[in-house]
Amino acid sequence: MDFIYANWPVLLTILVVFGALQGTCGFLVYVERKVCAYMQDRIGPNRVGPFGLLQVLADGLKFLLKEDIIPSHVDKVLFILAPCIAITTAMLAFAVVPFGAAEMPPQAPLPLNALASPQEADAYKSAMATYTSQMTTYQGNYQFMIAKNVDIGILFIFAVSSLAVYGIILGGWSANSKYSILGGLRSSAQIISYEIPLGLSILGIVMLTGSLNLEWIIGRQAETGVWNFAYQPLAFIIFMTASFAECNRLPFDLPECEQELVGGYHTEYNAMKLALFFIGEYCHMITTSFLMVILFFGGWHLPYLVTPESGWLIKLIVFAGKVTFFILFYMAIRWTLPRFRFDQLMALAWKVLIPLALINLVAVMVVMHLKLSPWLLLPVSLIALVGAGTMTAAEPEYRKPSPTTTV
Amino acid sequence: MPIAEKDVRWVSPTKLSLMDRLYLPSIFSGLGTTMKHAFSKKVTQQFPEERPQLPQHYRGVHRLNRDEEGRVKCVACYMCSTACPARCIDIVAAPSPWKDREKYPEIFVIDELRCIYCGMCEQACPCDAIELTTLFDLTGLSREEMMFDKEKLLSVFDQTVKDGTDPVRTTSGKLSVASEPKV
Repeated sequence: MDFIYANWPVLLTILVVFGALQGTCGFLVYVERKVCAYMQDRIGPNRVGPFGLLQVLADGLKFLLKEDIIPSHVDKVLFILAPCIAITTAMLAFAVVPFGAAEMPPQAPLPLNALASPQEADAYKSAMATYTSQMTTYQGNYQFMIAKNVDIGILFIFAVSSLAVYGIILGGWSANSKYSILGGLRSSAQIISYEIPLGLSILGIVMLTGSLNLEWIIGRQAETGVWNFAYQPLAFIIFMTASFAECNRLPFDLPECEQELVGGYHTEYNAMKLALFFIGEYCHMITTSFLMVILFFGGWHLPYLVTPESGWLIKLIVFAGKVTFFILFYMAIRWTLPRFRFDQLMALAWKVLIPLALINLVAVMVVMHLKLSPWLLLPVSLIALVGAGTMTAAEPEYRKPSPTTTV
Repeated sequence: MPIAEKDVRWVSPTKLSLMDRLYLPSIFSGLGTTMKHAFSKKVTQQFPEERPQLPQHYRGVHRLNRDEEGRVKCVACYMCSTACPARCIDIVAAPSPWKDREKYPEIFVIDELRCIYCGMCEQACPCDAIELTTLFDLTGLSREEMMFDKEKLLSVFDQTVKDGTDPVRTTSGKLSVASEPKV
């Protein structure tokens, strides 16, 4: 009881975020269908409720009430566990994501050296006192996130969301069907490959900010008034491409391509277990959209309009607006680009994205070490991008294979 | 049998320009296309509320035409049922009660489920008595219900005349040679 009394704001946030996230996932299915329809000159779902908005409820009800079939040839334990893993990891990753106004937590002063002079000891003591009082105010204020002041913030997200691959590969493996296992294999290869550019692309941001803490990353952008996108557009492009692949979204949705794999890893799933996979996927999409906004587009910050002093409501709205834009962008891309071939997918990750991310990282290191203006990174980004294009253009042409004697 | 060397044509992928190699310009031009479509006029027809405007020569449910006096125009010559490839027209002729023709159909039944809507009956008809209309959403709860008899087919005529959806093939006017009054 005491625990609930002491932590009720956090518990309430968890409840609200959990509900909102699930609701949004259901709603995104509707949005996806609408976006798809509009891009194909159709109208889309419009029969259930006004503008078809209740389609979400109808779909959810259908998933819940359908007969839950478990094929006899599956490994039952893993088969049931897989969707649970998929949704748990997707939900868990959201724990450290600030979704509204979240102030920068105060930083503790550096620990005292044993050989410190009395003056230094005094300075440390006063700094510690300020820190403690700041921390008390910070703890007293409500922050729009579940777990506030997590110093490893972004590392936690990557660690947890990489676990999602277990859901997919276990789902594919336990189903005991060739389509499922092929989907699962593709997925694991893809996710492991794209983890690398994903991680490398944000290292530049982390170095520039000096913190893994997501509130700090937003706070720094709001303080300087310049979004990280302006410094490192290349890192953003790499991050976005890699997160598309991480979410198994088109043009990288090879794990579940309907044409070759009959749905891929979730071929054998139906009813609510299938829905859990979908919710997990859409959750991932929401989380990565949040990350893109936080890392590269300043979170709730809008230059001159929304500053750290603005009210929480306007910050929430601006944040939600930016995230909505990226989710819609995800969908627009899905209905615009065709799917990559598997070798193209791998070539893109290993031959293009990883070297580019490394170049970007080295550029950030040099700029930081020589204490140059971070604006230098912008031309470096552009040069690296065009340079990569030129280098691939110099690739040897496709040659006719020499005649073989095999008949 | 292996494919002969002369039949094999090797194709190489077209060389991409720098702009294509950069991917991003192509992606944005693609997005431009989809976005243009997203805000363009929709082609969807909301069926039960919006009815399609079918061409007047559409071949839907049959009708039996009436002459000027409101009698059935058919002279029971069996041309349609002979021409019918699906054998779905069943006619029983009887001596005509009217002076202008010898016979008239006592029973005239079309099995709308067997019919393939080819329109050969109306081509065969010498007096334009049978025609296919633009009615297309034909439904019924039983097979018996879909056997359209004379009254039903005449009511289809009345309905289409009322709706002003006469097929364009109608030459209307007088009865044809087969029904010329006896001399």
